[in-house]
Amino acid sequence: MNAPVPAQAALTALTGPAVHLAAPAGQGAVRTTCPYCGVGCGVLATPDGAGGAAVAGDPEHPANFGRLCSKGSALGETLGLGTRLLHPMMRGADGSMARTGWDTALDRIAQAFEDTIERHGPDAVALYLSGQLLTEDYYAANKLAKGFLGTANVDTNSRLCMASSVAGHRRAFGSDTVPGSYADLDEADLVVLVGSNAAWCHPILYRRLEAARLKRGTRLVVIDPRLTATADDADLFLPVKPGKDAIVFAGLLTWLADGDHLDEAYVAAHTRGFDEALAAARRLAPSVEAAALEAGVAAEDLAAFYRLFAGTGRTVTCYSQGVNQSAQGTDKVGAIINCHIATGRIGRPGMGPFSLTGQPNAMGGREVGGLANQLAAHMNFTAPEIDRVRRFWQAPRMAEREGLKAVQMFEAIAAGRIKALWILGTNPAVSLPRADAARDALRRLDFLAISENVATNDTLGCRPHLILPALAWGEKDGTVTNSERRISRQRAFLAPPGEAKPDWWAVAEVGRRLGFGEAFAWRSAADVFREHAALSSFENEGVRDFDLGGLKDMPDAAFDAMAPVQWPVRRPEDTGEKRFFADGRFYTPDGRARFVAPDPPALATATDAEFPFILNTGRIRDQWHTMTRSGLSPRLAAHLPVPFVEIHPDDAAPLGIGDGDAVRLVSIHGTAVVEAQLVPGQRRHNLFAPIHWSGANSSAGRIGALVAGTTDPFSGQPESKATPVRMERLDMPFRGFVLMRRDIGPPPVACWARAAVEGGVGYILADPQPPRDWMTGWCAALGADAADYDDAGAGRYRLAAFEGGRLAVLGFMERSRQRLDWSGVLPLLADGVIAPDQRRALLSGRTEGGAGAGPLVCACHGVPRAAIEAAIAGDPRASVESLGRCLKAGTNCGSCIPELRRMLRQVMEVT
Amino acid sequence: MSEPHIMGERLVIVGNGMAAAKLCAELVDACPGRYALTVIGAEPHLAYNRVLLSSLLAGEVGADELTLHSRGWWEAHGIRLVCGNPAIAIDTGARTVRLADDTVLPFGKLVLATGSHPIRLPIPGMDLPGVMTFRDRADVEALLAAGAAGARAVVIGGGLLGLEAATGLAGAGVETTIVHLADRLMERQLDARAGAMLRGAVEARGIAVALNASTVAIEGEGRVTGLRLADGTVLPADLVVVACGVRPNADLARAAGLACNRGVLVDDGLATDHAGIFAIGECAEHRGLVYGLVEPAYEQARVLARRLSGRAGAYEGSVTATNLKVSGVHVFSAGDFLGAEGTQDLVLSDPGIGLYRRLVVREDARGTRLVGAVLYGDTADGLFYRDLIRSGRDISGRRADIAFGRCDFPEDTNLTAEAA
Repeated sequence: MNAPVPAQAALTALTGPAVHLAAPAGQGAVRTTCPYCGVGCGVLATPDGAGGAAVAGDPEHPANFGRLCSKGSALGETLGLGTRLLHPMMRGADGSMARTGWDTALDRIAQAFEDTIERHGPDAVALYLSGQLLTEDYYAANKLAKGFLGTANVDTNSRLCMASSVAGHRRAFGSDTVPGSYADLDEADLVVLVGSNAAWCHPILYRRLEAARLKRGTRLVVIDPRLTATADDADLFLPVKPGKDAIVFAGLLTWLADGDHLDEAYVAAHTRGFDEALAAARRLAPSVEAAALEAGVAAEDLAAFYRLFAGTGRTVTCYSQGVNQSAQGTDKVGAIINCHIATGRIGRPGMGPFSLTGQPNAMGGREVGGLANQLAAHMNFTAPEIDRVRRFWQAPRMAEREGLKAVQMFEAIAAGRIKALWILGTNPAVSLPRADAARDALRRLDFLAISENVATNDTLGCRPHLILPALAWGEKDGTVTNSERRISRQRAFLAPPGEAKPDWWAVAEVGRRLGFGEAFAWRSAADVFREHAALSSFENEGVRDFDLGGLKDMPDAAFDAMAPVQWPVRRPEDTGEKRFFADGRFYTPDGRARFVAPDPPALATATDAEFPFILNTGRIRDQWHTMTRSGLSPRLAAHLPVPFVEIHPDDAAPLGIGDGDAVRLVSIHGTAVVEAQLVPGQRRHNLFAPIHWSGANSSAGRIGALVAGTTDPFSGQPESKATPVRMERLDMPFRGFVLMRRDIGPPPVACWARAAVEGGVGYILADPQPPRDWMTGWCAALGADAADYDDAGAGRYRLAAFEGGRLAVLGFMERSRQRLDWSGVLPLLADGVIAPDQRRALLSGRTEGGAGAGPLVCACHGVPRAAIEAAIAGDPRASVESLGRCLKAGTNCGSCIPELRRMLRQVMEVT
Repeated sequence: MSEPHIMGERLVIVGNGMAAAKLCAELVDACPGRYALTVIGAEPHLAYNRVLLSSLLAGEVGADELTLHSRGWWEAHGIRLVCGNPAIAIDTGARTVRLADDTVLPFGKLVLATGSHPIRLPIPGMDLPGVMTFRDRADVEALLAAGAAGARAVVIGGGLLGLEAATGLAGAGVETTIVHLADRLMERQLDARAGAMLRGAVEARGIAVALNASTVAIEGEGRVTGLRLADGTVLPADLVVVACGVRPNADLARAAGLACNRGVLVDDGLATDHAGIFAIGECAEHRGLVYGLVEPAYEQARVLARRLSGRAGAYEGSVTATNLKVSGVHVFSAGDFLGAEGTQDLVLSDPGIGLYRRLVVREDARGTRLVGAVLYGDTADGLFYRDLIRSGRDISGRRADIAFGRCDFPEDTNLTAEAA
């Protein structure tokens, strides 16, 4: 059912101590940057000397000014070494992985690459990178591949995230340039969020937006097929049909032209292609009514948006994965940018199109050119630029043409054209579309090396030949760039555990072994950064937007002390806030922006009788990617602990699907089994499922297996948010959970999901079989000191096993249509010795004061639903502010405020 | 004796055990002075708590502590006690009782509370010196005399009596083995798992347990030397305690022509088929059942006292609940704890703390009812379960909770159940 991920238990031998050894003690707070989303918040980490650290927002960081979201606030809970890979491991002749030394491992990679190139040519080798890598790691990998291996088969999970923004920027601006700054959100009078659930996915930016709404009455319009927490909070919500965003903006361009709202001087002086773009827009959206009909929104709402946009100079249009993850993502970006350049609203305070990136260093990856269709430092595969880079690198074997973008790269792996692959810092067996095929492809490689933090995940389960321990957040040292082009330092505040090493070092070591010692002679991240900065300014003369010339001669101490800075930094003193394009100077050959005529919008694959629903995918508030880090935090697991699918109740009813039921989702590419959540705000015939679950943390929650991922012709980004699927109810009458102090792996049930809990891990279970059958045997295997409760008639079975009088395992299963709430017994897992008179109460599920608190709504302050409901019930004038005062809920990152408002509204509707 | 008592109707109680003592206490409460009470006992002692005999045997309590009412109590209530002088005949026509010393006592009303006899096995050697029973204080004294430390004893019977005898003997330093016919200890009160746990607890006290063991003979020349089992095994023994149960002592009633079956037949008023003659306790057979426990005897005593005091009252049988401490372990069982066709079990087990409980429920269209329970280790909730069994209330709303102890039943649930 899921990838054969090595059992945690089997890997404990590899994972060594649970905390960082020799962590620097007594040192003060270290300024670093959050490793999650593209907002790039500054973090103050204060090591506790025992392998952990206290984490707070950095008040001086211009992205967050001291705030952190729920995920960032919980970083301190994710620093344990229990799941870490600490030593290089190599596959032996018998197929088993065994510890090896770095020297052997690096020799092996160099040998494998050399042999493959010799036999099959350089394009039989590929590197698959990650938006989680530091810029220095990215730079090293890109340099190795494109200058020394001779292949541009270097792509990254950022391809799945923001490639359409890159392509859209390059098409319109001639460069991959984010024109604005976060400060624009503070200064805008209208913010349009397109395909962005910022309240959950970019919470700190959303807080800035909320502050602006309070302070200057900034209006918020949300365009999204789904009634997200963000949409729920908007002044105007346009529930656009999936894929039809470009219609909205084509209609807007038409409206702006017809209503005389254009900045004709700017258009005339600084752009090209307006007439064609307007003609195309008119064909797509001849009138507001036609646009509304095609986009599936009410005509009066659409007109209200158009009026608002037309009449509001300070308008920022932020867009995220809803726009990018589309087979027409580049056109969508173009349709949005069209409206901004047509009104000249770009690069000025409070104005502009704004791509919100998903990953902490997607931007850094773009800057070094760590994408198959870029060369390096915002240079491309043109002859002069290839030559320039060759000279700079003194590279013997330059890649001369674009390489394969992520989806095509894995197709080439499956087809046997790519033979040797090195994956750094990403989990493609989960995150790629058609993830089953990706997994199978990985297993077919002649050589697969993986640099990783964790000892087990789905990709590590794909029979790698070599796995290399990478440094994790808090250990590694270098730079990242956020969505507003701001380069910030990630600094180490923990000692490297085991034999973990920086990725740039491992890459350089391979380069040296291939005979390029001089080109890979860096001694530090600062060395790499300086070279990167130097390349960006090499023969630049203002021709390229990306220029860090002012940083290329920075001494080590200055690198260590480097404050967050927006690029370009052409000269050392060039550290202020920067915007692009207000002056109308673009990076196209003629210096003019390009209007784009988008193709008629249509989803890549239409629904049909067999697959009648459109599956949308995305993030949830408190998790990050495949949960290898955020999944370690008990607080973060408490909000939404299982993989689920949101279904409109009217779609669920005819299929007999009730809230909480197990549902199998099936696409032409794969299946997943998740929990049904009936949500009236979900669009009819549309489903939404989160991307975070994998074979390592669930039985079948790996949603990437279903995704078709038809790619955008310009960006190569796959359509991840619109896959035709069908669904069916699975009869899983037995539901429950097992809590464990030490993870011994999932119990033998059909359906499980793992979640971190205080004091251990929890498995949430669903099964068609009565629990007694497996639980009795399982209970017996847990050892002598076990207690159980068996009500076979009701299908109810509970067990508790003790070690030294402390609770080791606690399992509850019963016939239920809902998940069982474990909050009543959870506190006991972290407790010490359980007194005999407490042991009976343990299996009753009722412990003192612990009964049924429900899921955590405020993850930052650990406030459960029940407490909020009680506070609302007890105060007829309850408000978000009063809940904040009495419970602290919503007072840190604020990402639960939309949910608090919804709860308040529900109570008001009832009373 | 004071005047009013002599004026009362003569009520003679044959038997001076726990049922008789209870009846007297109820009567002096319910209708002081109405009857001139005479209690006739075979044993020379004041009525005592038979349940504590094993504690006495084990030396945990002294003989005086067994006494139910002090001599002063009996005197204060004007009850005439005849001890060590058993009744030997009843003349229902003349309405008299003859005692062993040929005293003849007239009665207006007569209550038989003659208890039961220990069962003796029909096997060779039962008459050998060293073969004893465990039923009264005389037995305890004999056992104490015979059971010197280092002696070897075999107790036949792994029921309550046998276990108590064995526990007492082991406590006195006697090397003790229990020989039991059934496949588990206390099979009438415990299910297999509770029986197995009890066996563990008994063995932990140094008592050997042989189950499925049928005794075919007691061996010895002039004195017990061993005990032979059906499989040929001979267990050496200096002392054999026969504790395989009791049978109702209906000898007097039967001889007097009262209707008897296994015990003296009584109706819901505890009346025999002869006017003014009643029977309570272990000698009585009510609706086909003979009870071998204190609690039904006490219930019967209460009902009979009400009736004798002129008030209404009916005994409708007891939901048998065993609630005792045996071999240092609390056990409880009530109702149909073994289950039957169509019942379901709720089982809570925590061997690590010596806890086991099994609730037997029956589900039908009207709801779910508790029909039986067996508890081992922690019996604090026993009475709660007994009451649920008796009331037959619908527990379906609290099914997930009841195994973990006393819980509230919302009133509406109950009303719905009753309305249905």
